[in-house]
Amino acid sequence: MSENVFIYIAVMAGVTYFIRLLPFTLIRKEITNVYIKSFLYYVPFVTLSVMTFPAILEDTAGIWSGLAGFVTAVAFAFFGKSLIWVSISACAAVFITELIIY
Amino acid sequence: MSNFSFFKKGIKDGIPIFLGYLAVSFTFGIAAKSSGISAAEAVLMSFSNLTSAGQFAALSIIASSASYIEMAVTQLVINLRYCLMSSALSQKISHKMPFWHRFIMSFGVTDEIFGLSVNVKGKISPFYSYGIMSVAIPGWTLGTLLGVISGTLLPARVLSALSVALYGMFIAVIIPPARKSKIIAGVVAVSMLLSFIFAKTPFLSSISSGLRIIILTLVIAGVTAILFPLKEENAL
Repeated sequence: MSENVFIYIAVMAGVTYFIRLLPFTLIRKEITNVYIKSFLYYVPFVTLSVMTFPAILEDTAGIWSGLAGFVTAVAFAFFGKSLIWVSISACAAVFITELIIY
Repeated sequence: MSNFSFFKKGIKDGIPIFLGYLAVSFTFGIAAKSSGISAAEAVLMSFSNLTSAGQFAALSIIASSASYIEMAVTQLVINLRYCLMSSALSQKISHKMPFWHRFIMSFGVTDEIFGLSVNVKGKISPFYSYGIMSVAIPGWTLGTLLGVISGTLLPARVLSALSVALYGMFIAVIIPPARKSKIIAGVVAVSMLLSFIFAKTPFLSSISSGLRIIILTLVIAGVTAILFPLKEENAL
């Protein structure tokens, strides 16, 4: 490696921080335009959904354990369980499914 | 609520992030080691970047001795989604809050911390963010270190199970509002369906996951905003 690893790290950290910081410093006021406001309101639901599915099926040892984790988490969340229990229930479902079938 | 109780709540809510980060960064540590990065470099990278996809991509960039410009552009493309997240979060920050908090809070805009932050009703306390960051950053950094020095410490079964902790958290954030609102339920269903189609269709599947998130967010949130603009009472 001819390039310096620490410079690589500094470059990537700088770029990534800049991306995160820019909207925080540029958008200082409450947006009043109803369409932009609505757009920003819907953003989290789309990003979180897109990041979860189908990735949850791909990160586990197999599709079926991932699916078990997904269904369990949706059920626990639907019935109003707290965040940590939804999360732990998904892990437990994956663990148990993989013990049985893999 | 006092600043300290917001901080404590952040720590408590951040526990799934700690577990999930430990698992994901553990695999990052293993990958870093096999691509010839030292433990100190890997730990420094995790501590200063706090991002998964960008760091995995960086490993191959460093291994191939690519230019610094290429590194910068790759990170920009992979991590551009944070720009959308910060924009959405900017509306949850009180303009009365001292400005310098924004410089620290923005460091903690990750997919997962964003997920918890949007879950807060009304304005978000910076101390809540700091609480989450104070467990998330050690989880991410420690997992990296463990992965580099001992790739066999966490068995594969445990890693596989912990890898869904973060998805479980996302689901816990989106499902309760979806249950209350048909519009949000529709947004969640359409988003997952299109994401699945993007992942499985030839050509579309060649789009990186970071870009997929940006495209689908712009399109789906954009169309929904036009079809169902918010009424005053359910604004952020």
